[in-house]
Amino acid sequence: MSREPTDGPDKPIQHPEYEKSPMDRRTFLRRIASATGLVGTTGYLSLAPEDWPFSLKDRTGLRSIPKIRPFRLTDFQVAKPSPSHPDVAVGRGGSPTEMLRKALDTLGGLQHYVKPGDIVLVKPNAAFDRAPALGATTQPELLEGLVRMLLVDCRAQEVRVADNPIESPPDCFEKTGIRRAAEKGGGRVYLPDSNAFKVLNTPGAKLIENWPFFHRPFLNVDKVIGLTLVKDHNLCHASMGIKNWYGLLGGVRNQFHQDINEIISDLAIMMKPTLTVLDGTRILMRNGPTGGDPSDVAPGDAVLAAVDPVAQDCWAFEHLLRRDPNDQPEYLAMAEEKGSGQRDWRGRLQEVT
Amino acid sequence: MSNGDEPLLPLDAVKAAEARANPLRRLAGLLTSQRVRKLLRLTRVRIVSQAFFFSAFLFFCWATWTTRMEGYPVSRILEFDPLVMISTMLSTGYVYRYLGWGLLVIALTLLFGRVFCNWICPYGTLHQFIGWVFDIYKGKQSFERNRYRDLYHFKYGLLIVFLIMSWMGALQIGLLDPICLMYRSVATVFAPAADMALSEVQNAGVHAAWLDNLKFAPGVPRRVFVGSFWIGVLITALVGANVVIPRFFCRVLCPLGALLGAISRFSLFRINRDVHACTDCNLCLTRCEGAADPQGAVRVSECFSCMNCIDDCPEDALSFSMVGLDTKQVKPAPELGRRRLVFSGILGVLAYPFIKNHGTNTDENFKGALMRPPGSVEEHEFLEKCIKCDQCINACPTNVLQPATWEEGGLESLWTPVMNFDIAHCQLKCNACSEVCPTGAIKKITVEEKMGRGEFEEAGPIVLGTAFFDRGRCLPHAMEIPCVVCEEVCPTSPKAIQTEDVEVKDAFGKLVVLNKPYMVPDLCIGCGLCQAECPVKDERAVYVTAVGESRSRDRRLLLKDRSRES
Repeated sequence: MSREPTDGPDKPIQHPEYEKSPMDRRTFLRRIASATGLVGTTGYLSLAPEDWPFSLKDRTGLRSIPKIRPFRLTDFQVAKPSPSHPDVAVGRGGSPTEMLRKALDTLGGLQHYVKPGDIVLVKPNAAFDRAPALGATTQPELLEGLVRMLLVDCRAQEVRVADNPIESPPDCFEKTGIRRAAEKGGGRVYLPDSNAFKVLNTPGAKLIENWPFFHRPFLNVDKVIGLTLVKDHNLCHASMGIKNWYGLLGGVRNQFHQDINEIISDLAIMMKPTLTVLDGTRILMRNGPTGGDPSDVAPGDAVLAAVDPVAQDCWAFEHLLRRDPNDQPEYLAMAEEKGSGQRDWRGRLQEVT
Repeated sequence: MSNGDEPLLPLDAVKAAEARANPLRRLAGLLTSQRVRKLLRLTRVRIVSQAFFFSAFLFFCWATWTTRMEGYPVSRILEFDPLVMISTMLSTGYVYRYLGWGLLVIALTLLFGRVFCNWICPYGTLHQFIGWVFDIYKGKQSFERNRYRDLYHFKYGLLIVFLIMSWMGALQIGLLDPICLMYRSVATVFAPAADMALSEVQNAGVHAAWLDNLKFAPGVPRRVFVGSFWIGVLITALVGANVVIPRFFCRVLCPLGALLGAISRFSLFRINRDVHACTDCNLCLTRCEGAADPQGAVRVSECFSCMNCIDDCPEDALSFSMVGLDTKQVKPAPELGRRRLVFSGILGVLAYPFIKNHGTNTDENFKGALMRPPGSVEEHEFLEKCIKCDQCINACPTNVLQPATWEEGGLESLWTPVMNFDIAHCQLKCNACSEVCPTGAIKKITVEEKMGRGEFEEAGPIVLGTAFFDRGRCLPHAMEIPCVVCEEVCPTSPKAIQTEDVEVKDAFGKLVVLNKPYMVPDLCIGCGLCQAECPVKDERAVYVTAVGESRSRDRRLLLKDRSRES
């Protein structure tokens, strides 16, 4: 629009910038069209029936309820090299890492279970801020040995070490020595923050059919190995290989103490690990699962590796915690019922010295 | 160069050729050249200094974390703050640990004036930056708003009130001391916000390890800070005020600036105006940070030594030089009349009984929620030392440490650290908060000392409070449902929570074994792990209150520890 020159001897009283501009037809039509378009679109989006495309209508209020799509874990198990191999192997004699190697070799060698290029997750027990000697958390040197075997012997692509401790995660990983050991061996530690959890669906589980699970470290994981120790437990009598998976749960998991046996047997079907390693060199005999006094810890001479965690736990309860097999924790029978293994280890176990 | 007979060169050219030949002279020539001098002028150096100290501040905030802290002097900027030194010296009579370093800043001020405000202070840098970004004023307005206003004497009055209160024993400088305010705001407002943003990036599917390293608090659930909304509102309002009055906080409120201003009247260097060269164009006011009237008689106590006026003077009439050029062109002292001095003195004397007689934090009437971090000195002494910088809260790996709200102990303990066991527990083998405390409100302790091991066997562990059961809400006690999470997690050995095992028939006729928990107060250290893990989430069936804390004789519970009797 052109502007009339207003400077002059007899300029109007109005402000010099003022200018009259009646709306032309084109502008008028454009405005009408855009107003109609805007009203039409919003009208369609908000008023069209729910099944029409792009409709945002929520007649009952049900559409806006957030939908959680749970994920599922794959079965990480690997078949034994031959049926004649044992399901549970006990290595004895030498350093913990040597015992571990003996046990793994008896099962057919770690290389059979972990292939080159695999991403492996190792789940230690880092639940408490305790020195390793107190027998409440996974031994760092055994973890380092395992991580090294995975990276060097099996040529795994990546080894991840993850746990969701009860106490402060950074402190637990630091002071149990687990972070240092994992990183020294070449692994990467995953700490849980509130965004690291996703709802996991476990078919057949009674308490945790859909439950928040420490998901982030499990992205693209091929193999899972549990690495924990044998501990007394105030409520369920013994915390061993299966109970270790508790450390991957999120949410209000402290409610599970109301039915501890059910939850542990649920864990046995939630996680089907490639291997479970049980460290029997430091056994927490009482005051579990936290311990805190060196006199609660008994020295042992065994490291177990197993493809059947139920049988492994049964043997450990009897031979490492030295308890009467008749007092066996209830959850073992329940886990057998749910089909995650067999309690009777006789004939399926081999000891190597 | 032509071949054959060379023409005779002029003298200048010979010198220039010599200079080119001698590398040292070449360097000297380069350094004094107009271009380089313009590049290396004082304001540029100042910006580098500001950037350095601001980054150092952010780095220290980031490094204040359980896995990073070792070796870094993360509270050093607080320890260099002379107001922290002077006010805690007034309230306690002593100078704690590194606080003597504040003398360095005082010495610097005696040399160059308030350089701290515009060369070092991270809060000043933030203000200047925000003021620069949102500067919308042009022409005359841009310098009119930098003229001195009568309002700017307010900070001196405030300083006097704060110092008198400190001397009488109520340390409140932390409310407005810029360094405390900055640390507190980062710890409770900006750090969790930054972590939240990084988590969103991770949620979007980026799982690089450096994202975790960038976080202020990696690998823990989202941190929350009770009442931090108001801390955020305060800093946002103060920084936002820059749009109305540039450097509003620094000119009007800052008690540290007031202290340095009062000292800077004795400074050796200051802005000097050559009245013969000056044409009274007022351009020196355009970017004057301190509103120090460089166009007239320079107010030394207001001047931040930002050097902008030297840059802006078209006549080169201003210089930063030794005093004594023209004493008539200078107002060295703060403009605070005798009347105002007396008035603020009276306010300071009044404020002390007002605060102390509020009465929500005496040894007879104190809140159970007023539980202090491990290593804290006795409450009365604590309030004489805590400057509310919230470094302890930033260092805490579990998020148990929270800024106190008005609820726990009124204004006096507002934003001081308290433990909230509904949010988390106090990590047994952690002494991070005591490591970072700059004033000794939380005195430096070792893990041994905290746990009462080794040479501290005699003294026993540090007790933060005592746990109690609400048997009407406890699942095994009230409802015959097995639980005992509290007993499982209790970290003392032997456990302070023990159980009585009974077999009962529940309401549905099923036989259940109940481990009914009970408390052994002699063994309880008040770490709060039981409360944090109790599944009765709203009002916990087991909860810790302050009574029985070992730092205070008057807030103790048990006459003797039965576990130590042989």
